[in-house]
Amino acid sequence: MNPVRTIESATICLPTANIDTDQIIPARFLTTTERSGLGRHAFHDWRYDEDGTPNPEFVLNQPASRGAQILVSGPNFACGSSREHAPWALLDAGIRAVISSEIADIFRNNALKNGLLPIVLPQSVVDTLLAQQGIRLQIDVAKRRVYWPSGDHLEFALEPFAQTCLLEGVDELGYLLKHAAAIQRYEELAHVA
Amino acid sequence: MSTPRTLLDKLWDAHAVTAESERAPALLYIDLHLLHEVTSPQAFSELESRGLTMRRPDRHKATLDHSTPTLPAKDGALPYITAQARSQVERLRENCARHGVELFDWASGKRGIVHVVGPELGLTQPGMTIVCGDSHTATHGAFGALAFGIGSSEVGHVMATQCILQRKPKTMAITVDGRLPAGTSAKDLILHIIGRIGMNGGTGHVLEYRGSAISALTMEERMTVCNMSIEAGARAGLIAVDEVTIAWLQGRERVPQGQAFIAAAESWRQWRSDEGAHFDREVHIDASQVTPTLSWGTNPGQVVPVDGRLPAANAETQRALHYMGFEAGHPLAGHPVDVVFVGSCTNGRLSDLREMAEVLRGRRVHPRVRMLVVPGSDAVKREAEAEGIDRIVRDAGGEWREPGCSMCIAMNGDQVGPGQVAVSTSNRNFEGRQGKGARTLLASPASAAAAAIAGCVADPRAFLQEACA
Ligand code: SF4
Repeated sequence: MNPVRTIESATICLPTANIDTDQIIPARFLTTTERSGLGRHAFHDWRYDEDGTPNPEFVLNQPASRGAQILVSGPNFACGSSREHAPWALLDAGIRAVISSEIADIFRNNALKNGLLPIVLPQSVVDTLLAQQGIRLQIDVAKRRVYWPSGDHLEFALEPFAQTCLLEGVDELGYLLKHAAAIQRYEELAHVA
Repeated sequence: MSTPRTLLDKLWDAHAVTAESERAPALLYIDLHLLHEVTSPQAFSELESRGLTMRRPDRHKATLDHSTPTLPAKDGALPYITAQARSQVERLRENCARHGVELFDWASGKRGIVHVVGPELGLTQPGMTIVCGDSHTATHGAFGALAFGIGSSEVGHVMATQCILQRKPKTMAITVDGRLPAGTSAKDLILHIIGRIGMNGGTGHVLEYRGSAISALTMEERMTVCNMSIEAGARAGLIAVDEVTIAWLQGRERVPQGQAFIAAAESWRQWRSDEGAHFDREVHIDASQVTPTLSWGTNPGQVVPVDGRLPAANAETQRALHYMGFEAGHPLAGHPVDVVFVGSCTNGRLSDLREMAEVLRGRRVHPRVRMLVVPGSDAVKREAEAEGIDRIVRDAGGEWREPGCSMCIAMNGDQVGPGQVAVSTSNRNFEGRQGKGARTLLASPASAAAAAIAGCVADPRAFLQEACA
């Protein structure tokens, strides 16, 4: 994984509450055996009309969203499935951070493993952000801070291990493999035949 | 005396290879990993690109369920929805062969939905840690096992190291006392519970279901309850081991047999919370208040009793009411239904099919309705056919299919059309879950059968009473 230290970008706002993983990437696109290429299907059923033409009303299709990397969403983002295709699709669509007042457990885990930053902020702050579509934010992972254009900032919580992994680009599998001796010992002690 | 521990504490302590610290999560040892075609290919690729092998291939079992067709052609050919779906299945077959993982393939007679197959073969056992790249892995918690869904990266971690990195979740006790009224089932109970605590009420927690009403449930019913823990946002669901658990497991193909079973059963009895153990949160539910319950909206917390009314329109309900095409405040019963689906890892076991058949027997599916019944596994299909359940479905005008996830996730071509209303025994009612624009009402097998006959949302108790009379 490449290190993630700072993100600076305009926001894309999706005020809907309880956006589930079936919206982020509908199941019919899960027959792929790859991680890449899912970006074009992100939010597919909101993004395209019946005949496949992009819906101009949908925020991701608007010119202002081009190149934006920070998604601000209504509460309880990405509830539902364990499909890692959800963070893969968002990353492939250029999103590098998601801000919401609540982010579902499994998604948060999956996102961090792929360098997508889940940020939980109070609903009142998220509401303010939702009212300012396109505002430029700066995110500092080392300081765990979101900076507003004014220079004001807010801190967010980030599990220390996940933070180290992001900052140093640590790969969790590599970390686990270093514990081979302890795993071996456990198997012997626990009689995992 | 040592401090009383919850079932989660015990499972956690028994599987922590390294303890969790401020700086790093615990390494949690995984006893059983279940695989299917959708979330595993990227993990196998990752493993191979790093030149790694599987640490314990014997602890991984694979099945085909999500992308598989449920209606083979006359000549036995399998009409996969796309070439990509077919190649996803072929990829799993190749990967399993190369890495020495047992696969329950088409011809095995053991294939089925991953969460139906694991318990039914006795692979799922008390005291285990079980993971799968699927959020309904919580199902296996019914056996006093810590079971939860993981993403594909973690699937790779388990393959290479048999461990994943985890922080210990919090615990929530959901105590259900009293008796479930006649005509209600485990599905009604869990929909009622999610309605109470909300679709994110369990976030960060493992739910332990307990109390007299839970002890009175069969294993199939306990699985239905645990299955939907994730729909309340929880990491996992748990139910303590008791004699019901042990009796159900006895004689299953992959559990110890004879004297060895008696010894295993004895050790399994430890998997329960100690008297006086502390839970981070506690919720009490009165089972006698449960009625046949359906979801009306686009998340599983939006539920209503079958004889209740749709909610008033407000900021929270407006979008869902609009998507569903429902009028605020109107009764739910009587709303026309286009599709009825009975199946999935929530309600695709033999007892579920029996519950449906009891309502359907001798009646006809309403001409407006397409009814699809999909057994959860090859074994369920065989047993149901031996009882004549397939004939009850066919005689009523329903479709009887091959096992798989089918319309639960609508990846294999079985889907609900845009704007159509489906009463479904599956577990998710998100927008488009059963096909683009599909409108899903989650319900019990009895409620699904009642809707199929009536052609609209209907109270199953009316049909059950008639059947008794
Ligand atoms: S039946 Fe539905 S919920 Fe269960 S494993 Fe299949 S897709 Fe997932």
